[in-house]
Amino acid sequence: MHVLRKAILAAACTAGLAVAATPGFAQTTLRAVMHSDLKILDPIWTTAYIVRNHGYMIYDTLLAQDEKGEIKPQMVEKYETSADNKTYTFTLREGLLWHDGKPVTSEDCIASIKRWAVKDSLGQKMMTFVDSIDAVDAKSFTIKLKEPTGLVLLGLSKPSSNVPFMMPKRVAETDPNKQIEDFTGSGPFVFVKDEWKPGDKTVYVKFDKYKPRSEPASGLAGGKVVKVDRVEWRAISDAQQAVNALQKGEIDYIEQPSHDLLGTLKKDTNIAIVDVPQIKAQYVFRPNHLHKPFDNPKVRQALWYAFNQEDFLMATIGDENYIKACKALFVCDTQFGTTKGTDGILTSNAKKAQELLKEAGYDGTPVLLMHSTDLKALTNLAPVAKALMEKAGFKVDMQSMDWQTLVSRRAKKDPPSAGGWNAFMTAWVVADVMNPVSAAYVNSGCEKASFGWPCDAEMEKLRDDFARSSDLAKQKEIAEAVQKRNIEITAMIPVGEYVQPIAIRKNVKGLLMAPVPVQWNIEVAK
Amino acid sequence: MYGYLFRRLLGTIPVMLVVAVFIFLMLRLTPSDPAAIIAGDNATTEQVAKIRGQLGLDRPMIEQFFIWSGKVLTGDFGESFFFKKTVAQLIGERIEPTLSLSLFTIVLAVLIAVPLGVLAAHRQGSWIDRIVMGFSVLGFSMPSFVIGYLLIYLFAVWLDWLPVQGYQRIAEGVGGWVRGLILPSLTLSIIFVALIARMTRTSMLEVLSEDYIRTARAKGQSERKVLFRHALRNAAVPIITVIGLGIALLIGGVVVTESVFTIPGLGRLTVDAVLARDYPTIQAVILLFSFVYVMINLAVDMMYTLFDPRIRY
Repeated sequence: MHVLRKAILAAACTAGLAVAATPGFAQTTLRAVMHSDLKILDPIWTTAYIVRNHGYMIYDTLLAQDEKGEIKPQMVEKYETSADNKTYTFTLREGLLWHDGKPVTSEDCIASIKRWAVKDSLGQKMMTFVDSIDAVDAKSFTIKLKEPTGLVLLGLSKPSSNVPFMMPKRVAETDPNKQIEDFTGSGPFVFVKDEWKPGDKTVYVKFDKYKPRSEPASGLAGGKVVKVDRVEWRAISDAQQAVNALQKGEIDYIEQPSHDLLGTLKKDTNIAIVDVPQIKAQYVFRPNHLHKPFDNPKVRQALWYAFNQEDFLMATIGDENYIKACKALFVCDTQFGTTKGTDGILTSNAKKAQELLKEAGYDGTPVLLMHSTDLKALTNLAPVAKALMEKAGFKVDMQSMDWQTLVSRRAKKDPPSAGGWNAFMTAWVVADVMNPVSAAYVNSGCEKASFGWPCDAEMEKLRDDFARSSDLAKQKEIAEAVQKRNIEITAMIPVGEYVQPIAIRKNVKGLLMAPVPVQWNIEVAK
Repeated sequence: MYGYLFRRLLGTIPVMLVVAVFIFLMLRLTPSDPAAIIAGDNATTEQVAKIRGQLGLDRPMIEQFFIWSGKVLTGDFGESFFFKKTVAQLIGERIEPTLSLSLFTIVLAVLIAVPLGVLAAHRQGSWIDRIVMGFSVLGFSMPSFVIGYLLIYLFAVWLDWLPVQGYQRIAEGVGGWVRGLILPSLTLSIIFVALIARMTRTSMLEVLSEDYIRTARAKGQSERKVLFRHALRNAAVPIITVIGLGIALLIGGVVVTESVFTIPGLGRLTVDAVLARDYPTIQAVILLFSFVYVMINLAVDMMYTLFDPRIRY
């Protein structure tokens, strides 16, 4: 027995030594809770932000904007513009590979640009200036224009939906109105399709053959160095549960913690709340120009005097640390953000609003205001709008519905009494409203405009002028004019901005200041 | 008996047909458009219309129904509008968590509730009886998500004994699988413990006053044998009915519990599919739940014959 016990002890020690001697392979994993579950995998087919975020994991872009919003080369080594500004020549970096090991070629990029441009509004505008896109050789291609425009660089560095992600030619040749089925990219992570379980988790692993740029990461540009082996997006739909899981260390990162739970998180010494100034959103009121009463511009004008931004922001976010009353159409503290021409509006001057309604001959037609009830960030907007509008003399019929019903109904052009609508409220991330061409709700192209269908030739001329210009000073001048025109025609009303911080455990480092929550450069210390 | 079984199985067909028609119509008549949701914010009306065409939603409703039901009869539930997987695949991935949670819940509920109900009946009027009945009222008065949050706070956040959320598949380790199911099944089972305990007590009280119980006691049977061999067996029929109803009610309960505990089961799939207006998935899951409900009712009826030999079909 004594001998047996010794033998067992010896065996146990040997096993222990064997384990200790084996080089430990501890995979580092970033476990993140994103704002939504990933269901669709084609970031060109849909504008949904979660799919855009997925796109940034597995795809790369030709150009990208850095922390300051300046356009930098990303997949391209260099780009040149001809003297007449009508030809751009792009040369790809050496060593770019798809996840299947094949090299990235100019044909891939051309096909990707074309597919993106069919779906994206800025891309569509850009293509009206494009004469041809041709491959010069495997590593370079040209974009030839009918006339100069600043849209090529703006478009190819577009930070938010739809982002011009590069895909292999065979994938990019998929009909833009059908979803892709091959998720090969050239980005810093590889999508592990076999482990993707919608409603449960999405898994990415580091792409070992990715060649990051040598510059440090800045915004969406620079070197995309991956510092974890694996990223898991866990689908925790309950905000409180996500916070509980973060506190317990079951997850490392929450992309959009609920603002009313930030107080709880701030008390936890293991958790850091990171303010990313570029991750901002703008609340928007969108009237329908097709039907009474908002078919009358003067009635729409009254809205600028009915509303103020503070009420909307306090009712939704409720924390002064994260809100900003900013009347700029293209968002404060950005390249084209300005408050020129906004004196006197958005101050809840009910008297002025009533005067305008009287001048307009407003006959009391109720405004059918759609109220979405299931998206926390939007739920309180419509009730505030109703109260302010009624104070200003409007009659308001607020109809509550879930967001998906609202999305379906806003596509209808019927009169409100026949299933249509007069107004709704929503939010855009800042990256989507940064200039007159990419801001979808500024488009006043009548039938071609987005839901609400504003129709104004002057606005469209200004947007075309912006598209034609490549001079920043001139573009700023035009952006101011667009803002002024928007106040006159009321394509949309900005009703405040808010910042969305990210919550992480303190052993998570390297969050980038970028308008999209990207996950390269992040490391998880043990 | 077999004739009765066959007739009941045959009777399932019209039930399933009614469910299929009902769910199909309800989805198409509600104010929503999956095409608009899929198309996204920047889509034009034309793009939405194109997607509607691709999904076949622009066809007459009756045509859509026949196409869909024809495929269902061949086992093809179609492809999810959103998940880019077949509905059968989606359900296949989600069935294990829901089955695990449901089985755990029912087993836990029965193991706790039946002895509690027997005890309460045996000690009728005592403080034990009052506690059990008080707990019973509390149990089916509180919403399951409230119970869930309380249990999470106590056992996961404060005591740190159990995980806050998540589900580990059984193939990845039995220990983790069990740990992940304790809190959610406790949460769900509380309402069933309340219901089953109450019914057990009521049914036992009726039986305990019968002559044959007095005879059993007079013949010197131990109290344990009197309660469990004689009384409980005769009280079983209504208890089984409530357990059967409970299993059917579980379908609604798992939806909330799976959402709170982040269990990727059929309940969450249903919620996600409804919110996204994923018609093929909603239709398939509702059909599945209805079929399960019908089969549970059949199984409960069959079980009566085990406990009461007088019942013959």
